[in-house]
Amino acid sequence: MAECILEMKSITKTFPGVKALDRVSLKVRSGEIHALVGENGAGKSTLMKVLSGVYPHGSYEGDILYHGEVCTFKDVKQSEAKGIVIIHQELALIPYLSIAENIFLGNEQARNGIINWNDTILRTGELLQKVGLTESPDTLVTNIGVGKQQLVEIAKALSKDVKLLILDEPTAALNEDDSENLLQLLLELKKNGISSIMISHKLNEISKIADSITIIRDGQSIETLEIGEEGISEERIIRGMVGRELTDRYPSRVTDIGDVYFEVRNWEVYHPLHEGRKVLDNININIRKGEIVGIAGLMGAGRTEFAMSIFGKSYGKKISGSLIKDGREIHLNSVSQAIENGIAYVTEDRKQYGLVLDDDIRHNISLTNLQSITQGLVIDEKREIREAEEFKRRMNIKCSNIFQKTVNLSGGNQQKVVLSKWIFAEPDILILDEPTRGIDVGAKYEIYTIMNKLANEGKCILVISSELPEVLGTCDRIYVMSEGKITGEMDKADATQEKIMKHVINNKREVE
Amino acid sequence: MGTLKEILKSNIRQFGMIIALVAIMLFFAAYTGGMSLTPLNITNLVLQNSYILILAVGMLLVIVTGNIDLSVGSVAAFIGAVAATLMISNNMNFLAAALISLLIGAGIGALQGSIIAFFKVPAFIVTLGGMLFFRGLTMVVLGGKSLAPFPPLFTKISSGFIPDVLGGEGIHLTTMVLSVLLSAVYVVFQIRERKSKQKYGFEVISHTFFVGQNVLVLLAINAFMAVIAYYRGIPNILILLAVLIVIYAFIMKKTIFGRHIYALGGSEKAAQLSGVKTARIALMVYINMGMLAALSGLVFAARLNSATPKAGQGFELDAIASCFIGGASASGGVGTVVGAIVGGLVMGVMNNGMSLVGLGIDWQQAIKGLVLVLAVLFDIYTKSKN
Repeated sequence: MAECILEMKSITKTFPGVKALDRVSLKVRSGEIHALVGENGAGKSTLMKVLSGVYPHGSYEGDILYHGEVCTFKDVKQSEAKGIVIIHQELALIPYLSIAENIFLGNEQARNGIINWNDTILRTGELLQKVGLTESPDTLVTNIGVGKQQLVEIAKALSKDVKLLILDEPTAALNEDDSENLLQLLLELKKNGISSIMISHKLNEISKIADSITIIRDGQSIETLEIGEEGISEERIIRGMVGRELTDRYPSRVTDIGDVYFEVRNWEVYHPLHEGRKVLDNININIRKGEIVGIAGLMGAGRTEFAMSIFGKSYGKKISGSLIKDGREIHLNSVSQAIENGIAYVTEDRKQYGLVLDDDIRHNISLTNLQSITQGLVIDEKREIREAEEFKRRMNIKCSNIFQKTVNLSGGNQQKVVLSKWIFAEPDILILDEPTRGIDVGAKYEIYTIMNKLANEGKCILVISSELPEVLGTCDRIYVMSEGKITGEMDKADATQEKIMKHVINNKREVE
Repeated sequence: MGTLKEILKSNIRQFGMIIALVAIMLFFAAYTGGMSLTPLNITNLVLQNSYILILAVGMLLVIVTGNIDLSVGSVAAFIGAVAATLMISNNMNFLAAALISLLIGAGIGALQGSIIAFFKVPAFIVTLGGMLFFRGLTMVVLGGKSLAPFPPLFTKISSGFIPDVLGGEGIHLTTMVLSVLLSAVYVVFQIRERKSKQKYGFEVISHTFFVGQNVLVLLAINAFMAVIAYYRGIPNILILLAVLIVIYAFIMKKTIFGRHIYALGGSEKAAQLSGVKTARIALMVYINMGMLAALSGLVFAARLNSATPKAGQGFELDAIASCFIGGASASGGVGTVVGAIVGGLVMGVMNNGMSLVGLGIDWQQAIKGLVLVLAVLFDIYTKSKN
């Protein structure tokens, strides 16, 4: 067995009122990729913040041994000096600075306080080559995609002479191609002797590249699994994460599908900024009463744009085509018109677009339909509270009370609040955009159950999801979208991951 | 059921500034040997600060939406000039002139608001332009000179008092009767609110604390009224101010419009995708600000009994400072009307107290600046503690 590069012993970290970590231990061997998994709020990120000095020595109990030495990091600078670099979930790049400026931010190539730009550019070029980027070092970060930004983050870490790289959900915002790219890069780095700790929810990625897995649950380290030659099953990992066997990741449902209720015909949308660039081309879809319809595809296929253009023209220009609801054409020129016509859109970005984070659960839920609890001019606050309490109970929102700010909730509970607010608007058609992104397995199951319940109440559900198993597990019928076009349609019975991917890729080939 | 300590602790942001206000008043009372609490001075305090408080109410709405309005001082001056031209130069009836002035104010708000809400020019830039533009127009309208005097009836807005119909001797009896009536209304509302909360099964504060809280508020109301009753009773402007505060506090807390303002300031995109007509809300808030700036300009002109090119200079900064001292967040989404009023009073009491003590305008300015930063520092500190 290789030498241990890192050993965290019995780490305990308490915040006012909560024990976030309770005697957690973690051992990482030299030159391995070590995955850290657990439900949201289990304490993974906290553990990594302890390691990297975000929480300074003295604010936690326990010891950190790095190369056999006890570490007492006071801040991130000290841990970076030892070659421990953390890449946070939210990218920490500055959009209007160039790649080179970002990489050497805080670590400027300077002499006597004067930056040597030639040196900076030269070294940036070398680093970019290592991570497989061909962009010029002068490119502004805002002009490259999220996938490439993630690579710039890694290049930044490499510039600090990293020995132990910590990645917090590095692929959460990436599409499949970019994710694959990133994983290959991690394997490449591993060959060069760089160890990694990767926090991830994507079990398939973990089983692909990790050498061992440590599972954390409720602030405690549960077990460390070695991935040998024969690999390890996702079910085995999930069992450790949730502490129970999730025999079925998707709740079953008795379907009761009625007639076509909502139809989109010849839908075409142009890009809001680039004149003449068609983003969506001749889209035709329909949804029946009580049906859950999925739109599968890669990120950037135009699915979010499609949903938002329907939802009161929240995206795009020169929108044409017709929307037919219950046999009658409807015109939706603003979000409030869409809501009045019974359409709800649950955004993929709940933090930015879904919630007023600074406000409490109660106000967030009522925002979509204040009219219904208003008498004359006055909002009936007691009714508002009762409604919110009702949702808290029905959706099983875990919070201290409904007056808690939504910013303090976990991802899964935030998503339940977003769902609540849209159910409160009493829609007939719910569009759910990546409804389970970034939330843990247990909460996912709850969200699926809610979707099933809504469908059984006779509502139309349109699910946009990049996770194929999710589409296959929850939808009655699946459309595939690629490059702004519908490239396939199939029933649940004959849909497989392979078929969906074929529709995605075939279209791409045609285009190229 | 929380104990007094817990309630104070969890509401430190709300109570903090009120406690600070009381402390500052007591400090100056002690320092001046009670001079700051004489009926004359308390009445003056109200009169001197009325126009800033009116602006602070409008500014609070603007700041909660996450914007700012730097033009209000210039707009107030401009409206004063317009009103003077109408009333003095054209002999227009003062009510008609005041109404036209308010409409012009609303129009100015609509103009600036449209540029901000629909063309997305940053509010700071638009209203900075407005500040220069309307200051210039004021001088154009007045030809660089002051215009005076206003019709006596008009000046009564700012310098008049309600008549003592009951004819008290040595004390303004009507004021005291109103004070008792007001107390009764307040208590009835409080009891009704508490009962209805109990009916719904919500948690309420303990009985002792409820009584204690009400006794304190009643004492404050009646003591204040008694003091001004010893001078000339309730000033007209106080009635106007009270009505404004009640209406705007109600709008912000109880109506859909108010809720949409908070949502817009909290997260514009999320509000928009929830069906809030964000551009329209922003526009309405500026129209309202323009109208209140006009009202403030009228009140100030009536108080000076003249329209001058220099009127309203720096008012915008006092109004903005009032909101921030009163707990509004510079990034929007947080703040209350009552908070802004308390913030305005903190500044007013300090101004007044420092003048009584004989501190020069130079030091007054410096200390006010310190208070602003310290108040916000305190606010952020208590927030991070929770």
